[in-house]
Amino acid sequence: MTSTTDSAPASPAAKAGRNEILYFALRNPKLLIGAVVFTIFLLGAIFGPMLATHEPMTFDAPPGMPPSADYWFGTTLFGQDVFSQFVNGLRSSFIVGTLAGFTAAIIGMFIGFFAGYRGGFVDEVLNMLTNVVLVIPTFAVLLVVAAYLSVRGLGTEAAFIGLTSWPWAARAIRAQTFSLTSRDFVGMARLNGESTLRIIFGEIAPNMSSYLVMTFILLFGGAILTAATLDFIGLGPTDSISLGLMMNYSVMNAALQLGMWWWFVPPGLAITAIVGSLYVMNVGLDEVFNPKLRAL
Amino acid sequence: MLAVSDLKIHYRTLAGSVKALDGVSFSVADGEIMGLAGESGCGKSTLGKALIRLEERMQYVGGEVTLDGTTLPIADDWAMNPYRFRKVSIVPQYAMSALNPTRRIGRMIDELLAARGLKGSTLRPELERRLAVLGLTPDVLGMYPIELSGGMKQRVVMVLSTLLDPSLLIADEVTSALDVASQKKVAGALVEFRDRGYVKSMIVVTHDLAILAQIADSIMIMYAGKLAEKAPTRTIVEAPAHPYTRLLLGSLPEVGIRFEDKRLPGIKGRPPSLLSPPVGCRFRDRCPLAFSKCVEEPPFIEIAAGHQVACWKADAHAQG
Amino acid sequence: MLRYLARKLFVYILTFIVAVTIDWAIPRFMPGNPVDALVSRIALMPDANAALTSYFMAAFNLDQPLWQQYLNFWSALFHGDLGRSIMLFPTPVTTLIGRAVPYTLGLLLPSILLSWYVGNVVGALAARRKLLDNSVLPLGYLLTATPYMWLGILLAWVLGSTLGWFPLAFGYDQSLKVEWSWQFFGSLLYHWVLPFASLFMVALGGWAIGMRNMIIYELESDYANYLMALGAPQRLVRKYAFRNAMLPQITGLALQLGAVVGGALVTEIVFSYPGLGWLVLSGIQNQDYFVIQGVFLFIIVGVLLANLIVDIVYVIVDPRTRVGLQGDAA
Repeated sequence: MTSTTDSAPASPAAKAGRNEILYFALRNPKLLIGAVVFTIFLLGAIFGPMLATHEPMTFDAPPGMPPSADYWFGTTLFGQDVFSQFVNGLRSSFIVGTLAGFTAAIIGMFIGFFAGYRGGFVDEVLNMLTNVVLVIPTFAVLLVVAAYLSVRGLGTEAAFIGLTSWPWAARAIRAQTFSLTSRDFVGMARLNGESTLRIIFGEIAPNMSSYLVMTFILLFGGAILTAATLDFIGLGPTDSISLGLMMNYSVMNAALQLGMWWWFVPPGLAITAIVGSLYVMNVGLDEVFNPKLRAL
Repeated sequence: MLAVSDLKIHYRTLAGSVKALDGVSFSVADGEIMGLAGESGCGKSTLGKALIRLEERMQYVGGEVTLDGTTLPIADDWAMNPYRFRKVSIVPQYAMSALNPTRRIGRMIDELLAARGLKGSTLRPELERRLAVLGLTPDVLGMYPIELSGGMKQRVVMVLSTLLDPSLLIADEVTSALDVASQKKVAGALVEFRDRGYVKSMIVVTHDLAILAQIADSIMIMYAGKLAEKAPTRTIVEAPAHPYTRLLLGSLPEVGIRFEDKRLPGIKGRPPSLLSPPVGCRFRDRCPLAFSKCVEEPPFIEIAAGHQVACWKADAHAQG
Repeated sequence: MLRYLARKLFVYILTFIVAVTIDWAIPRFMPGNPVDALVSRIALMPDANAALTSYFMAAFNLDQPLWQQYLNFWSALFHGDLGRSIMLFPTPVTTLIGRAVPYTLGLLLPSILLSWYVGNVVGALAARRKLLDNSVLPLGYLLTATPYMWLGILLAWVLGSTLGWFPLAFGYDQSLKVEWSWQFFGSLLYHWVLPFASLFMVALGGWAIGMRNMIIYELESDYANYLMALGAPQRLVRKYAFRNAMLPQITGLALQLGAVVGGALVTEIVFSYPGLGWLVLSGIQNQDYFVIQGVFLFIIVGVLLANLIVDIVYVIVDPRTRVGLQGDAA
């Protein structure tokens, strides 16, 4: 009686489930709202800098102006265009989030797959490594590393964040892999003498693809938050503007005391909206992929 | 005694209602152990659950259940509560994980009894006596579930579920997770409980016809949300009247081996979708004896004393 | 149970060694040799130069083999020597940290513990109560998605700058003397409210969501189903579910520590609060690497100790770890 509802999307013959998933995806308000908000900011990051009529870092505007027709988001205390800073910062956030998210996802997948699939000694060692990086306050490590690098770019920041944020993903993927490894189709592939890599990327990974997508989304959101925090302390990229740096400048230059809200509200609001939309999307995706959670 | 008439339970899914139980009528006499068997998805587990507690997705559509002359309000979760445990009880399929992992077993039982308005201390001697019947010492009450083996946990659950001497016990796949030796023990315990009067009657839901052959007084076979056949165990084993029962028995390789999710070798095809079941006999497409009349639904009728079948050709069979 | 704790302890010690090694290695292997930069800065301060030479001989002596340098570093560490601050020469880094730590702990401990507790209660109430759930869930996600400093900025702007209810900056009224008086204590508390509130609120969202999801998971678990099949009232089932859902939340507390500490650092910066965050910021702005490294080590040790405490608490609360059949494979 449960055959129609429990048709696990993880079965190898999930082709028929594709349409079903699309059906549920298009009817999931959380997923849709999240996706719309996310897309708006993504478009802002892509096209915003082209729309900006001023340079982000030049001091050619009247200082401390509230939003106006000329300066859509107002200007900073030093006469910089906030809108231009904002859209360029938005772009940095997306770049860092993507690069760091991918780095962490790749490391997490690699470690999670091998630990979960191989088990035994490999698992022990990888698990120990994961635990060490998990316990270490990564933020503190980033602090020291970034402090000693006198020149930092978006790429380095992303790499550092990626290299320190993978452990929970590795853990989660390991657990999933572990349960999949005991399934029939993996056993069959093993008996057929297929190589470990083939089994992992041919049999195991496709069967937890939805899970991997959700993991990446969370890593992406986490990276954006971490990057903003680093930028705010002044350890972000030294060669470009970012949302965290905007907040740093505004706080350091008494925007709070002067009530220049247009300087510090947009960057924080953007980060909150992007990360929040990712979280909400994730819940929506979970409901779409996981039949048990689908509302009736 | 239990009497079920025209019980209909559907599963709500986004694709529509799955008619898991589509008009089922039968009765279980006092002292009777009735086996309930069929392929996965035939509705046997749904029937077992419906008699004690509907899951959230399960929807009561119609029918009546009476136990010892009173109608059970199975559609009303709240009104059903007083009957649970005292009148109807269950040994669930997941008995191994049915105990709260962070409570000592004795304390959990006391808290459950207290919540039902009973005193744990007055029932404690009886509880310990019954544990002893199944070979468990009172020590287990001071332990956490993790300290017990799977078989021990299952026995504790059996004792707890029957502690208040319910009229009806539903044993849902209690042997599926066990090895053959433990299966025999558990099956023996069920009979023992009935003989000692801990429970009046019992419905044993299982995939395993071999176990039923040993312990059940009667066996009921379900197919695609409907009853196919019900008869005393001997009759089912030696002279089954429904072609599905015959194939089911014929496809049983040997005692102790279950057919769960494997496709039955003797029966080609698969059961019909219960989203929109076909009219007429639901076994028609797979039945070797199907003929023109099978487009009409066969009634579930008595062809001999205590032997009911839903098949147009049943009479001929039983005689032949 | 001992095995469980021993395993954890081993990971922590390993982590500590890795962290110290990172701390030692980074200045040496980073491009642009920060040591040169340091020495050139110090050269402007004659007395500092002389006093620091000995430290450099010990810790940075590039004539010695690498392993010797490494051992020297450890030995200095065990003597409680984290170097001297350059911006506030000759104050030892340990003194600066010691001065800042009470403020950071004063923010961190109450906000972590309270947000954890309140979040769990709110989450548990939200689970399975449609109306409350519909407001708790979106709000919770919004709060966890908020960068710590931004909520701090908003609170400071609205409650501090615009409404003038709370001070915008510093740990106490700068016109007061640091002493044990009610007046000073009151000022401390007054300045503490906003940074605490912003830390508390951001952390709250995550706990509430986590608890809500865990409770729903527990209510669908086998033992809950069995209890309900036996007619147990909702009260008992929810009580069990709440208790069991707390356990992963305790583990979560340990995992979140690092992030919350990071949050505390930036919140302090927003409010110019004289804790570790403010110290780090001055360290970065003045290229005072010893201060940064010292704070780094201090945070590592603090987080590891906190993890250990959480583990011990966990063993006390979860019987599964106590009966010897290890409860967690970690």
